[in-house]
Amino acid sequence: MAKKGDWVRIHSIVLKAEERTAKLPEDTKKCDLEQWTKGFLLADAEIGDEVEVETVVGRIEKGTLIDDFPYYDHSYGKFVPELIEVDKVLRKEMAEIGGER
Amino acid sequence: MALAKDYASVMGRSNDIQKDALGLDYAEFETSPIAFDYDKLMTSTGYTLEEVNRVQSQFGVGNTPLLEARNITKLARKYAKPGYGARIFIKDEAANPSGSFKDRRAACAVYHAKKLGYKGVMAATSGNYGAAVASQAAIQGLKCIIVQECYDSHGVGQPEIVEKARKCEALGAEVVQLTVGPELFYSFLSILEDTGYFNASLYSPFGIAGVDTLGYEIVMQCREKLGKDPDMVVCTTAGGGMTTGTARGVRMAGCDAEIVGASIDLSGLSMASDIDFNKKSCTTGHTGFGVPYATDPDHSDVPRSAARPLRYMDRYVTITQGEIMEMTEMLAQLEGIERGPAGQTSLAAAFSLAQDLPEDAILVVSETEYTGAGKHVQPQLWFAKENGIEVKLGDPKDEVPGKSVVLPSSPALFQYKEADIDHFRQSLIKKAVKKAGVKPSDSDLEFLAVETKTDVEFVKKTLEENGLL
Ligand SMILES: Cc1ncc(COP(=O)(O)O)c(C=O)c1O
Repeated sequence: MAKKGDWVRIHSIVLKAEERTAKLPEDTKKCDLEQWTKGFLLADAEIGDEVEVETVVGRIEKGTLIDDFPYYDHSYGKFVPELIEVDKVLRKEMAEIGGER
Repeated sequence: MALAKDYASVMGRSNDIQKDALGLDYAEFETSPIAFDYDKLMTSTGYTLEEVNRVQSQFGVGNTPLLEARNITKLARKYAKPGYGARIFIKDEAANPSGSFKDRRAACAVYHAKKLGYKGVMAATSGNYGAAVASQAAIQGLKCIIVQECYDSHGVGQPEIVEKARKCEALGAEVVQLTVGPELFYSFLSILEDTGYFNASLYSPFGIAGVDTLGYEIVMQCREKLGKDPDMVVCTTAGGGMTTGTARGVRMAGCDAEIVGASIDLSGLSMASDIDFNKKSCTTGHTGFGVPYATDPDHSDVPRSAARPLRYMDRYVTITQGEIMEMTEMLAQLEGIERGPAGQTSLAAAFSLAQDLPEDAILVVSETEYTGAGKHVQPQLWFAKENGIEVKLGDPKDEVPGKSVVLPSSPALFQYKEADIDHFRQSLIKKAVKKAGVKPSDSDLEFLAVETKTDVEFVKKTLEENGLL
């Protein structure tokens, strides 16, 4: 359970697919327009509940509670062997031109 | 009575919301259904070069180092004709507080918002500008909301954009994230209306005037360091603000260097497509923004964009994703400077442009950007692979956007592609006249000539050929 005052992430559907009237490619037309933001939970709730949060600027926003104490997990990715190959080429070039190294 | 907040109602109030959120009435600059007074727009808010410089200095922005890329120059010369290969210099814009030249725009926009008494600022951006506005809002003491297009319909985010969200939050902003689609503007307007914040648009006159100092500094630093002016300045081009402002500053310094716009070639990928969204390996500096904004500047979030790159650009070139990824690696490995990939668009183009110029020529690349988790060659290429894009060494000419990223197997294979700038000029002229739906007057023809850095003959010929005159 998430407690009142917890830092949480909420999700909402801004426009359902059938409500989207803008000029869109066919694939996008089939998708809802979804939105996420974060804030302090205004009352105790369970994941999946409709809740209200107060964002860092003091705005009140409604949405479905999807995450308690959200964090970032983007990274430097996994090994890309092609980059090691490129570095090899560049180091060889460097040796040839007698770069200031 | 509470205002209706549904899509149609909010979009219907768009003009009023925008006017309230900018403190600027664009009607006073309109001179005909086609033309408007660009110079008046740019001077109306009082941001002269001196004033912009004063504001930026106060908030830690600008006066970034101009670095010579000695080893990259040497390598370019290896592949150039004897006697060719200009000296390459790089303006290290990553040295700005939030890590890109966008701080120059944000400093002025936030300063202006504060001067007009707004309590907070908002910007619709998935790029470095979000971090810049968040940073300047923190420095200048305003609240900040950034709205970004970040995810596809499976909730998979572009690593570069997720990193920007993290950075905005780290700088104290609220970040609202959306899936793909232009209706982001609805969410943006709706929050703007509720909060009464300032629209720190990328395309306001003070935002663009903020970039003027970049071009001016480049010329002054060249004169100081080298005793002469640059011969060519290469600018990464997306919405066109970098190119517009830099060129304006170069001209203000009395320098007639050739201005080259450079974009990453993403032709064939749709910018509003949910499927194509994560098939890109870079999220700015590409033709998906560069071409539509250059040829129709006024489809942004302000009635008249102050970014009008075709007024200033002498040439427009493209470069591939593979070339910018490898150039980012080259800058780190050969010059000891690790920076983000999108900022290397202009450097990747410059590497081959320099080979067309004699050895004593000076070529300046207008920027670098910060790097970090997500916003780096490694995660961006890994993400490409995860999305079924083939990553390989080879000839970048064989790259197909959305299908492959080809890292040059030899530096000899770096080769910019000259875009047909006259075609873009014609496209701007046609769109401007069609949109207005009137027959252009003589002064409209002159306006369109200035808009496209051409002459009245060129404009007339374009219109006649298309039955618009
Ligand atoms: C690092 C960097 N370089 C260049 C650009 C292009 O600038 P503009 O959109 O003004 O053309 C951007 C913005 O999109 C950027 O973030």
